[in-house]
Amino acid sequence: MRVLAAMSGGVDSSVAAALLAEQGHDVVGVTLKLWGGESDTGCCSVSDVEDARRVADRLGLQHHVFNFGDAFDERVVGPYVDHHAVGLTPNPCIECNRHIKFDKLMVRAEALGFDAVATGHHARLAAAESGFRVRRGVDAAKDQSYVLYMLDQQQMARLMLPIGHLTKDQVRRRAAALGLRNSAKPDSQDVCFIANRAGGRKGFLSRRLGESPATVVDADGAELGSVEAVQAVTIGQRRGLNLGGADEPRYVTKVDIDAGRITVGRREDLYTSTQDVINICWAGMLPLFAVS
Amino acid sequence: MPDTGAYLDHAASTPLCAEASDAMVPMHRELYANPTGAHRMARDTRRRIDDARDVMAEALGAAPGEIVFTSGGTEGDNLAVAGRHLAAGGVAVCSAVEHHAVLAPVEHLGGRVVAVHASGVIDMDALAAALDDEVTVVSVMLANNETGMVQPLEQVAEAARSRAPRAVLHTDAVQAFAWLDVASQAACADLVSVSAHKFGGPKGTGALAVREGVALSPLLLGGGQERGLRSGTHNAAGIVGMAAAAEVVLKSRAKQVVRLAELRDRLADGLLGAVEGAVETGERSGKVAGSAHLCFEGVESEALLFLLEDAGVYASAASSCASGAQDPSHVLAAMGYDRGLAGGSLRLSLGYQTEAADIDRALAVIPGAVARLRAYGTG
Repeated sequence: MRVLAAMSGGVDSSVAAALLAEQGHDVVGVTLKLWGGESDTGCCSVSDVEDARRVADRLGLQHHVFNFGDAFDERVVGPYVDHHAVGLTPNPCIECNRHIKFDKLMVRAEALGFDAVATGHHARLAAAESGFRVRRGVDAAKDQSYVLYMLDQQQMARLMLPIGHLTKDQVRRRAAALGLRNSAKPDSQDVCFIANRAGGRKGFLSRRLGESPATVVDADGAELGSVEAVQAVTIGQRRGLNLGGADEPRYVTKVDIDAGRITVGRREDLYTSTQDVINICWAGMLPLFAVS
Repeated sequence: MPDTGAYLDHAASTPLCAEASDAMVPMHRELYANPTGAHRMARDTRRRIDDARDVMAEALGAAPGEIVFTSGGTEGDNLAVAGRHLAAGGVAVCSAVEHHAVLAPVEHLGGRVVAVHASGVIDMDALAAALDDEVTVVSVMLANNETGMVQPLEQVAEAARSRAPRAVLHTDAVQAFAWLDVASQAACADLVSVSAHKFGGPKGTGALAVREGVALSPLLLGGGQERGLRSGTHNAAGIVGMAAAAEVVLKSRAKQVVRLAELRDRLADGLLGAVEGAVETGERSGKVAGSAHLCFEGVESEALLFLLEDAGVYASAASSCASGAQDPSHVLAAMGYDRGLAGGSLRLSLGYQTEAADIDRALAVIPGAVARLRAYGTG
């Protein structure tokens, strides 16, 4: 098959491309340039593109760079900021998968004559009678199946996940055996378009949303302190609340942007027996029961 | 013979011509002595560089003593803009469609950027408004690297003379040299930069003509080569190669321009006829002969270039950034093209080696590629 391998410059996607080439597929590597702003992690910097290009060279693959910066800004960064503005906790990696990798890149791949797109996610695809299913990667600690929840059947039919059956250690050993320069490169974490040296998430959001102060209260409404920028506070957060050393760690349980109030509580207070959900994806058959 | 494809990206770089290649080999193997040395071997190297200086002086309409050898277009542009600023202070002015090698230093120095018309030609009213006693350098390119549009340099010079008495005029002639008689067309400029690899010479070599009497400060300090304007051991092989290529240009330019303008017209007309909604960027009569630049609505350049490469046609869109990705064109933005149409731009640039077969191939491949991408509603 002719496969377009998304290569971030990291070790997982590099080995994914290598395995496909070994299996005899006609593989072309592509690195997405998503972010022109300041960033020091993730898949957007020139040095990451260089890593990907050198890995592709080593594997004898053609390598391209696609600039999806406009779409990334519109579909990932914009909503990320908007969600923070109303006190939600966005996951930009999922939006990137939904709109960039499994929409824009997949459509382009098809237009360019590729049969499939491959990524280095730690997850597997299983073909069942009822259609494809996303399964966890064998490395439970690295499993990324949850970031693929939005895939529909057509997308799954055109996706390859070559490293889902390997543990991270096995991936690194494979990379080392292939002589890949990034075999020991640290795992990427955090949000790829936010630079730690520019004030991190708080600095990033403050530059876009401004800063409105908020009081920090406990479940009973007793005032415990204050923060400079309510927009940068998110549910589950523990650090940066200016609460000093409490006996027990306290977590954000509620963010009320309009009232400028952040409620904190114990870890148990984060647990809930009900949850509102949005963006439901019926990946297999439609449900047999009514959903309102 | 293996299929080498149709190379239509000469505005990015050209193949080294045989004359340049032949001239360079002995500079590496035999004439390797440092040209500033005191012995006979050094003088032998020096003589070749001085011969090359004579050629470049003729090519740029300057005296040999006015030629400064550089590492290429970017250095020449920087030396002209920033070197002038260092020497004279004041304000730098350039057009909005300049190459980044001019635009970036002008912006870095807090200079003024002048708008262009939708045609890509500089807006003379806006230029006049940007000129005053503060201005010490005006930089307007002879031909644009993306669209091929030629700027009215004489008018720019006239405006600068009458409104900015302290200003010198720099022109980036990097894209012009293969196509225009720079010696006469840039005669009104005080500073003229060219780059060898755009006209059959080697990469990493260029020249800046600096008219006698223009106050300019060096950016590189050291041994004082090039009359103190550009220290550093001469790139002897590069300089000699550039001069050999320039001689080829001077000999064959007039003929090549006629031949290639015909091929270019066939290419551009063919695409305009075969692709619905294709837009030619700028008036063709105002472009250098080797440039065809079009925009295709509903197509993304990156995807188009991928399909063309698959079919053995090598071209480009806007300028490439350091990562190799295609960045949105500041030239098309300055011409008022919306991002959608500008995002479907295609630059096909011909060179002295271009043959009819290359044009045939491009014409056979591009309409189908555009149609395919449009059918997928993407690029």
